[in-house]
Amino acid sequence: MAKQLIFDIKERLGDIVFQMEEKSGKRIYLSVHKSDLRRVASVLHNDLGARFSTASGMDNIKNFEILYHFSFDDSGKIISIRTFVDKDLPSVDSLVPVIGSGAEWVEREMHELLGLDFSGHPGLKRLLLPEDWPQGKYPLRRDFKNE
Amino acid sequence: MNDKEKLRKTIIPIGPFHPLQEEPEFFKLYVEGETVVDIDINIGYNHRGIEKLSEAKSYDQAAFLVERICGICSNAHPLAFSQAVEDLLGVEVPERALYIRTIIAELERIHSHLLWLGLAGHFLGYNTVFMWAWKYREPVLDIFEMVTGNRNHYGMNKPGGVRKDIAEEDIPKISKMIAELIPAVDMFKGAVLDDPVLHARLKGVGVLKKEDAVEYAALGPVARASGVNIDVRKDEPYAAYNLVDWKVIIENDGDCFAKTKVRILELYESIEIIRQCLKKIPKGPIDARLKEVPPGEGIGRIEAPRGECIHYIRSDGSNSPVRHKIRAPSFMSVPTAKASVVGQQVADATIILASVDPCYCCTERMAVVDRKSGKEVISSQGLVRLSQEKTRKISLSF
Repeated sequence: MAKQLIFDIKERLGDIVFQMEEKSGKRIYLSVHKSDLRRVASVLHNDLGARFSTASGMDNIKNFEILYHFSFDDSGKIISIRTFVDKDLPSVDSLVPVIGSGAEWVEREMHELLGLDFSGHPGLKRLLLPEDWPQGKYPLRRDFKNE
Repeated sequence: MNDKEKLRKTIIPIGPFHPLQEEPEFFKLYVEGETVVDIDINIGYNHRGIEKLSEAKSYDQAAFLVERICGICSNAHPLAFSQAVEDLLGVEVPERALYIRTIIAELERIHSHLLWLGLAGHFLGYNTVFMWAWKYREPVLDIFEMVTGNRNHYGMNKPGGVRKDIAEEDIPKISKMIAELIPAVDMFKGAVLDDPVLHARLKGVGVLKKEDAVEYAALGPVARASGVNIDVRKDEPYAAYNLVDWKVIIENDGDCFAKTKVRILELYESIEIIRQCLKKIPKGPIDARLKEVPPGEGIGRIEAPRGECIHYIRSDGSNSPVRHKIRAPSFMSVPTAKASVVGQQVADATIILASVDPCYCCTERMAVVDRKSGKEVISSQGLVRLSQEKTRKISLSF
C-alpha cells in the first residue's frame, strides 16, 4: 500500500517533484515549484483522495517556505508539498479553487501573519488579527519587531 | 415597506448587549423572519500569538505553553507537540509512557464530551441533563487532580514521554471511577437518545451532508456523524491505541442527533480503552530523556476530543523551535456551521452551532441580525431562550 502510493505519485507527477524526501514511513515531503502547486495538490486531493490537513508557512529569511500537509487516512501517511516563494514576489496560487473550502481559513492566516498573497482566494480578509492591527506588519516574519 | 412588513422587521432585542459591543461577533447570523439565510464566522478573540511565543521557548517550555491554548482539551496540544518532536528525532517513547498518555487522553475525551453534553442539555432546556453531565464529570476531574495535581492543565506530556507516573495504588481508584461512569452513560444514552422530544429537536436538524464534511475537511465527531470514517487513533495509531481493542463510532445522518450520538457512544469506547490500559500497563521508565533536538522537521498529530490536532516543528539545532505551527481541530470543523445552519430555523441555531463543538467562551458571542435592516434582533441569551422555549412547546404536545 505504501509503495503503491509513492509509485502512483511518481507516475503522475514525474519531474514536477524535484525532490522527494521520505523522512519516515509516515512522513513524505515533495518539493515542487510554486507554479506546479495546484497541479500537485489536485493530484493528491482529487485523484488520490487525500484529506487536506493544514498548511504551515514560514520565513526562511532568504525566502518563504510553505508546506501543505495532506493526510492519507487509509494508510496514516502525511504527504507534505513543499514550495518556496521569493521575498520580492510573495504570491502563490490559492488552493481553494482546486481542493475546496478546507484551505480558506489557513490561507487567510498565512496572508495576515506572513504577508503572503494567495491569488484566486475567495476572500483574503483578516482572520485572527484585530481590525486595528496596522497594515504591513506581519508577526511571523523574522524581521517583525514588537513595538 | 408597509406597516405589516415593518412590524415583522422591528423585533425588540431580548436580553442585554455586551457592553463592549465594538468587536465583531463570533457567530453572526443573518435572518429573514424565522430562517437563517447566512452566517459570518469571526474568530481571533483568543489569539495570543502562541506560535510566535513558542519560537522564544525551549522545547521543554513549549509543551507547557501549548497546554494553555485550551482549558478543555489541554492535554491534546502537549501530546501532539511532543509527538512532533519525537517524529523529528525518530525516537521511541517507553511503553509505560504510551499507556499513561492514552489513559490521560481518554480521560480528557470523557470530560470534554460530558461537558459538551451538559451544554447541549442547557441549550435544549434540559437542565437536568446539564447538571447530571457536569456532576458525572467531577470524578474524572478528581482523577486528574489525583494523578497530575490539576483538574485542568495537567503538565503530563513532554517530548520523550510523560512527566509524572501513575502510582500503583491509584490504578484501582481509576478503575473504580470509570466503572461507575458506565451506568451514568447508560442513563444519558437513554435520556437523550430515546427521548421523543429530543428526537423532535435534533433529528433532521442542522444536517451536514457528507460531501460538505469532505469539502470543508471537517474532523472529529462532526465528520464522523456525517459518515466520514476518520480518527487519528485508528488511521495513524499513536500512544497505545493499537495495543487495545476499541472501535471508531460512525453515524451517517449528519444531523444534531447523529453528532450527539457519536459523542455519547465515544464515551463507552473511551471507558473501555482506559479499562484495558489499566490492565495491560507494564512497569518501566516513563521518559526517553531526550537531550538535544538536531536540525530537522517533524509532524505530530493526535485525535483530540474535537478531532485531529496537528503540530509541525522545524528545528535548526538550537534550543528553540524555528517554526511551530499549530492547527486545532475546531479550525476545520467550525466553518462547517455555514453548511449546516443556513436554511434552518433561528430557534435551532444554538444547538446547531453547539453541535459543531467550538470553544464554549466563543459561543457566548452570538448575534442575530435581520438581513434587510442590518439591525441586531436577538442576543446570545435570547437565542438560548428561543431554543429552550421551542423544547417546552414540543414537550407540551407529547
